[in-house]
Amino acid sequence: MKLYKLFILFIGCWPVTAQTFFEGKIIAKENTETIAISGANVYWKDTKVGAISDSNGNFELEIVPNNNNLIISYLGYKTDTLSVDLSKRLIHFLKEDPEAALAEVTVTQKQRTLQKSVYQAQNIVTVNKDELLKAACCNLSESFDTNPSIDVNFSDALTGTKQIRMLGLTSPYILFAEENIPSVRGAAQAYGLTFTPGTWIESIQITKGAGSVVNGFESIAGQINTELIKPFAAQPLFLNLYASANGRVEGNIHFTAPVGKKWHTGLFIHANQRNQKVDRNNDGFLDMPIAEQLNLLNRWQYTDAERGWVGFLNFRLMEDHKQLGQVEFNPTASTDGIWGSELSTQRWEGAMKIGKVNPILTYRSWGLQAALSYHQQESYFGLRIYDINHKSSYINLLYNSIIGNTNTTLKSGINFYFDTYEEQVDEVNWLRTDQGIGGFTEISQTSEKINWTLGMRIDIHNNLGTFLTPRFHLRYTPFETSIFRASAGQGRKAANIFAEQQQQFGTNRSIQIRNTDGVFYGLEAEKAWNYGFSWRQILLRGPKQADITFDYYTTDFEKQVVVDWETPGAIKFYNLEGESYAKSFQVAVDYSPSAQWDIRLAYKNYQVKSLYDSGFKQMPLQPKNRFFVNVGWESKTTTNGRQWRWDATWHGVGSQRLVASPRDGQGRWAPAYNLINSQLSRTFSSDFEMYLGGENIGDYRQVNAIISAEQPFGPLFDSAQIYAPIFGQMTYVGLRWNL
Amino acid sequence: MKYMRTFFIIWSTLLMASNAYAQKKLSKNQQEKFVVLGNCEMCKKRIEKAALTVKGVKMAQWDIPSKILQVVYNAQKIDADQIHLAIAQAGHDTRLHKASDVIYAELPLCCLYERLNIE
Repeated sequence: MKLYKLFILFIGCWPVTAQTFFEGKIIAKENTETIAISGANVYWKDTKVGAISDSNGNFELEIVPNNNNLIISYLGYKTDTLSVDLSKRLIHFLKEDPEAALAEVTVTQKQRTLQKSVYQAQNIVTVNKDELLKAACCNLSESFDTNPSIDVNFSDALTGTKQIRMLGLTSPYILFAEENIPSVRGAAQAYGLTFTPGTWIESIQITKGAGSVVNGFESIAGQINTELIKPFAAQPLFLNLYASANGRVEGNIHFTAPVGKKWHTGLFIHANQRNQKVDRNNDGFLDMPIAEQLNLLNRWQYTDAERGWVGFLNFRLMEDHKQLGQVEFNPTASTDGIWGSELSTQRWEGAMKIGKVNPILTYRSWGLQAALSYHQQESYFGLRIYDINHKSSYINLLYNSIIGNTNTTLKSGINFYFDTYEEQVDEVNWLRTDQGIGGFTEISQTSEKINWTLGMRIDIHNNLGTFLTPRFHLRYTPFETSIFRASAGQGRKAANIFAEQQQQFGTNRSIQIRNTDGVFYGLEAEKAWNYGFSWRQILLRGPKQADITFDYYTTDFEKQVVVDWETPGAIKFYNLEGESYAKSFQVAVDYSPSAQWDIRLAYKNYQVKSLYDSGFKQMPLQPKNRFFVNVGWESKTTTNGRQWRWDATWHGVGSQRLVASPRDGQGRWAPAYNLINSQLSRTFSSDFEMYLGGENIGDYRQVNAIISAEQPFGPLFDSAQIYAPIFGQMTYVGLRWNL
Repeated sequence: MKYMRTFFIIWSTLLMASNAYAQKKLSKNQQEKFVVLGNCEMCKKRIEKAALTVKGVKMAQWDIPSKILQVVYNAQKIDADQIHLAIAQAGHDTRLHKASDVIYAELPLCCLYERLNIE
């Protein structure tokens, strides 16, 4: 104890004995940053007593008698003579000497194209425009190829549609929103992602896990929000053309213009076509459909920054037509005995948004969103018929404020939703109306180390009853470089078994719905809890960046509609009676060794199991393991804006369980395979660039993609058992031009 | 009719009086802008955090290029001087309060700003 006191005394006395030294720090301003000046000469005037500042700008100098005139000099800066107070530590700014200034060196840090949230409680990855350019083609469904959080599968051997999965769950379990208005749902579930052209997208936010309650109760695995380009910020005239070796041609034109002082408008036109009949695998069926789409969007944007008003009006029209099936099929001629199919979709949408931010109390705002949509699909697949008409309306009123101060924010609001579905499945008609009202409140608390968001909503729904949806997200940052996140939340949805599982119509399986007492085709609504944990560790910061992220998410279904493909010749839908879960683990490393290079590695493991009639099994066509590598490189931009960009993605897809069939037999697993995509872009100026790319460069193809292709009207015909691409290597070229 | 007129005069006088009273009454959402010295993103965090630690401050936003802090506070509970003081105690000079040299010297390198006399 005494020794301890003595020690304190000693420490206390120490500065007194050190008074023969004078200390200080030499710094300077570089642009807006303060930097330490190391190597500055510091000496007493007219003496030889001097020192040199260290790497932190600090120096220590012996005091000489009767002299307090200090001279500080450093190359490139003005030499200063100061008369200093010897008892105080000096902090001195050097001023740049304009005459002696050395050539300026600017260090700019590149923004990452995939940005993971650091401060938010939710696990959100933002995909920005530069990242979207890496996958040059062509619509929202193809925008996730370079992103390890999202898996892309193939839905069937006929339509060429790509299916999105997150945490091992298919897209119906993901809540899609377009500018926070739910989209790609109901009738649009199967093909809706192909109805948003890639050039229209400004950014995508991917939330893993339950997510916010603001946009509804339907999200179970996560949420994907798409922000479209804003007329205010877009180029007045933009042109994009694309052509691929398999006969796909796409064109996009955007016009934007100011209208008056406060309005901006934009007209976005997209058209695509594929008119070549391709059957590389010689099974008599088209590898890709013959297709055409016309898509129009007119946006109006209103901004009055002074009074804090913002508004949007959107009008959208879309027509899509696909022809698939056997090569010799001709829809206009009599084609007895030839299997053919056509899908025609028409969709229009109108949406508006008004928001008002209090100009003084900027944390206080309210917003009103309203959307109407009409979606009509008419289709036949051989002898089967599937028509769906979905009318939807949605209103959301939202209020933002704070509790105490801006560290605690409050979001509160009401949703109204109204959907009518009219479906014809072969000879059966189904009619349904879903309507309801929901009220929600979300409180977020922010502090340096801990953030949390607690959301709760109550819905009164004609078919789902009255229920609560709780969701909770937590972020904990014990050190600046470690970010831990945890989340828990509930979600529910009605399974639109026909619209979501349209690949069933490309089979001759008989549709069997076992339950009869539920509201949704006799089945019950789905209900699940999602829990997640994530740890992101930042390993390197500065010019070299590296981090590693571990994610573990589990979704436990309390109620689920089991889609059972296990019996050849039948597809069965029944209420889950037992266990069903999706557990996913992901480890991802992001590494940027320099501003030019970007490397992403990921390993993913999925345990997606349900109790089927035939036992507790992994979901068919769901790889247990997936590997992902993406390498991106870009050259330094020259003064006239020229640049090269290159990137390559490797997907290692592990083996997938196959259902019993005459092709695969019983208990077989599909082989693991690799997919490589790559793209090279050349920017000629800030206004013009061209790109050249290749998909599936290794040319891996699934053989015998269609089961019983030789007997398309037989009971075993099945085009839905797809685990790999059917179309092989494909090259494409394109250009982007800001006029 | 006469009563009506008298009533109207009294009523409007009362209304004006209460209006005058309301104007004197301090605002719960008082907005103020003032210069706070600092440099960088880290300063921004420090300044805003310091302002928000004063109970009654609802919002604090500091703009790096202009060095202007915009605050909204409940003027019935606190006055602006308390906010200036809290920020100065965190090491950042304002028009009303200067940080002590000791606190200033302990600022992280990037936050060492040039000490000027601000009006």
